[in-house]
Amino acid sequence: MIETKNVNFYYGSFHAIKNVNMKMKSNSAIALIGPSGCGKSTFLRLFNRMNDEIPGAKLEGECWINGKDIYTKHTQVDMLRKNVGMVFQKPNPFPKSIFENVAYGLKVNGIKDRAFITKKVEESLTAAALWDEVKYKLNKSAFELSGGQQQRLCIARALAVSPSILLMDEPASALDPISTAKIEELIHVLKQQYTIVIVTHNMQQAARVSDKTAFFMYGELVEYSDTKKMFLAPEKEETQNYITGRFG
Amino acid sequence: MKRLIDTLIEQLIKMSGAVTEITVLLIIVFLFKEGAGLFNASEVEKGYTVLVHSENTVERLSPKELKEVFDGNIENWEKLGGKDEAIRIFRFDEIFSIYTEDELGKDYVLLPEKLEEVISADPTIIAYIPQKYLPTNLQGIKELAKMNISLTDFYIGKEWIPTATPAPLFGILPLLLGTLLVSFIAILIAIPLGVGVAIYLAEIANERVRKLLKPAIELLAGIPSVVYGFFGLVVIAPIIQKIGGLDLGETAFAGSLVLAIMALPTIISIAEDAMRTIPKAMRDASLALGATKWQTIYKVIIPFASSGIAAAVVLGIGRAIGETMAVLMVTGNAAVIPNSIFESVRTIPATIAAELGEAPGGGAHYQALFMLGCVLFIITLIISIVAEVISSRKIIKE
Amino acid sequence: MMQTKKIQEQIAFTVFRLLGFLVLGVLLWILGFIVYNGISVISWEFIFSAPTDGMTGGGIFPAIVGTFYLIIGSTLFAFPLGIMSAIYTVEYTKNNWLTKCIRIMTNNLASIPSIVFGLFGMTLFVNTLGFGDSIIAGSLTLGLLILPVVIRTTEEALKAVPKTYRLGSTALGANKIQTIKRVVLPTAFPNIITGLILSIGRVSGETAPILFTVAAYFLPKLPHSIFDQVMALPYHLYVLATSGTDIEAARPIAYGTALVLIFIVLLMNSLAVIIKKRFEKNK
Repeated sequence: MIETKNVNFYYGSFHAIKNVNMKMKSNSAIALIGPSGCGKSTFLRLFNRMNDEIPGAKLEGECWINGKDIYTKHTQVDMLRKNVGMVFQKPNPFPKSIFENVAYGLKVNGIKDRAFITKKVEESLTAAALWDEVKYKLNKSAFELSGGQQQRLCIARALAVSPSILLMDEPASALDPISTAKIEELIHVLKQQYTIVIVTHNMQQAARVSDKTAFFMYGELVEYSDTKKMFLAPEKEETQNYITGRFG
Repeated sequence: MKRLIDTLIEQLIKMSGAVTEITVLLIIVFLFKEGAGLFNASEVEKGYTVLVHSENTVERLSPKELKEVFDGNIENWEKLGGKDEAIRIFRFDEIFSIYTEDELGKDYVLLPEKLEEVISADPTIIAYIPQKYLPTNLQGIKELAKMNISLTDFYIGKEWIPTATPAPLFGILPLLLGTLLVSFIAILIAIPLGVGVAIYLAEIANERVRKLLKPAIELLAGIPSVVYGFFGLVVIAPIIQKIGGLDLGETAFAGSLVLAIMALPTIISIAEDAMRTIPKAMRDASLALGATKWQTIYKVIIPFASSGIAAAVVLGIGRAIGETMAVLMVTGNAAVIPNSIFESVRTIPATIAAELGEAPGGGAHYQALFMLGCVLFIITLIISIVAEVISSRKIIKE
Repeated sequence: MMQTKKIQEQIAFTVFRLLGFLVLGVLLWILGFIVYNGISVISWEFIFSAPTDGMTGGGIFPAIVGTFYLIIGSTLFAFPLGIMSAIYTVEYTKNNWLTKCIRIMTNNLASIPSIVFGLFGMTLFVNTLGFGDSIIAGSLTLGLLILPVVIRTTEEALKAVPKTYRLGSTALGANKIQTIKRVVLPTAFPNIITGLILSIGRVSGETAPILFTVAAYFLPKLPHSIFDQVMALPYHLYVLATSGTDIEAARPIAYGTALVLIFIVLLMNSLAVIIKKRFEKNK
């Protein structure tokens, strides 16, 4: 369960997110759509506090995950990020072996039990539908994989630390249609176990993978409802214009 | 007209493209031309020769042996493979105490004869005389075989005494070891400092600190080496002397400290550049998995930048090995193989700088210094190629 | 568990921060030491008069003039040549083995120790070409030394000029050399200048290359032609520090000389920074 209360976010003097209130149910997929620069990626990065890394960024309001405010002084950011995994726009595996890529998150979180790590790597790769393709070359460099495989590796890497939420920032935008289809299929499976928040430019993708969709414009949450309803009968005119391609 | 000028400029530009190649080529040609002369030079100082009695079984002496004999360290022919007889050293000047000016004749025309008399009279004698007074009649006299200075004398000779008579010693080993010792210690000091500061600048420092530190490091790179040498001479050497309780503060260690400071800017800026080229996505991926910044730095960023960091270190070594003035001023300049870092040493560049002024042009000493230049050139060439290879072996990005 | 990795991070960052400030401290120490000891020596007389009393008194005017001549001489040689060479590699050659060869040679040239340049200058300019120990021999040697610096900074400046500028000019019917003269060079100019100024700083501080090509231990009068020897600041400092007639008595003069040298380098560095800043603002 993710909830934002009156969230405002600033980059210096730029008001990137304006007073957003939103609730997301566990074990479902939520798509964030909207024109470029509408704040959807920034909004996504609130939930694992990746925006902390940007100098001059400032948050107002509250952000709750599973009943906890994640922006208190006592929040352990690394624990939060362990619980909230993230997949980025472009595949970004480390220059390490396939195995080491998936094991990385476990190791940095202090797990040393070799058997456990091996088991977890296999589970995660299986969950990311990559195990069969890589099981005989776990020690090969991650760069030897194709783009689509790399992205699934990044998903496996995120799954390895057993998060409950998975943030995806346009995870298929750099991939070819076949790889994209595989990723979408994967999201369908994963959303039964994880809460998935996905930012996408691709309207069809949002329609295909998500249960609920949120439409952002100029940093404001314009409309948030069931995906089916949003695409069949949007309430707001801006939404209508955007999803029919008249705007953005 | 305007067209013509344009064409002219264009041709000039095309020609100047070759300027670096030509320069490097010229440097190689001239350096090696002068330096190679060393191996055509006689071991015995030019214009001089060494004579012994004809019954002496010794045919030749190495420069090292000649030096030991004339220094009085070897006193018996037996040690040189001859008979068991004490060596009598005869220096050219002694002829004037044996014979009067009149006896030697006008313009010393009779001098060669008299030399012959003296030398042939004593089977244990060894004489060092100018070539031009060599007796024409070599009855009872034998000239020691003249050998050219050999590559092995130069490259594995353990002594560098270019002013020794009758045969100077050009053993590069003490200088080479001195250079390597000073540079090695310097780099040992500079690597943790340099890489540490590079990490700090690239990953940890905030914008304000970076704006302060970066120009400071550029400034450090801009300070002339002679100023570093001066600082080392008046500040660092005395401190080392006091702390170490030494007779002299000008030691290998003083040189290393100064060189470490001088190599820092090179290492810092190249290593920092290497770390800055790492895609932000790498960093984000690691942080998003719950790694701390420090874990991200040593598990992702440092391995990723390792080839760049290695290149930085290699170039830092190159800078240290070639540095002349600062080292010349603070290492005390004793051309002996060092036993500890708290002894004086002399490096190759410092030797060239200190001795070239006094070496007569075209002589063996002069040529030996050029040969040192060649050695230095080759060392730095290898280093720069190694750095090139390392830094081009980059890990595939994204 | 979480605590350990946080603590590790704290320790590591503290160490790195300390290293950073250590380096800053070393710089301030060196600068402070020279300024503190040298400032009292600086006066009009020190700058504008010749050394007296076996270099334990008087000023350093001939050395300043000498260094000035060497700067002029070496830049007159290295700047046009270096800039043209950079234009050639950036604008005229494609990315082929030739440019690669030039780049490797330029890198090698940059890595050759300055004393080797000194040796080379001595055989070629002083002996073979018969210039003797002279301003021209020293300038050419120093010029070769800064050539790779000039080439590299110019190359980078040229590469930073957007391709569209060139296309735009060519589309208007300008030929290559006109495009370079009218569009590329003016755009790259501030960056080129910055590199050039930094290389002036380098020339003014180098000692090893001028030891055997131009520098004089002591000259009572100023040079009359480019075939005269001159005194030079860095060499003068070396002499004062190590081999003067009375080293202790010459110490204050040595501090003063070091200060003047550092001042020149500082001046060049800040000039370069100012030009760059101004350019960036205008853009």
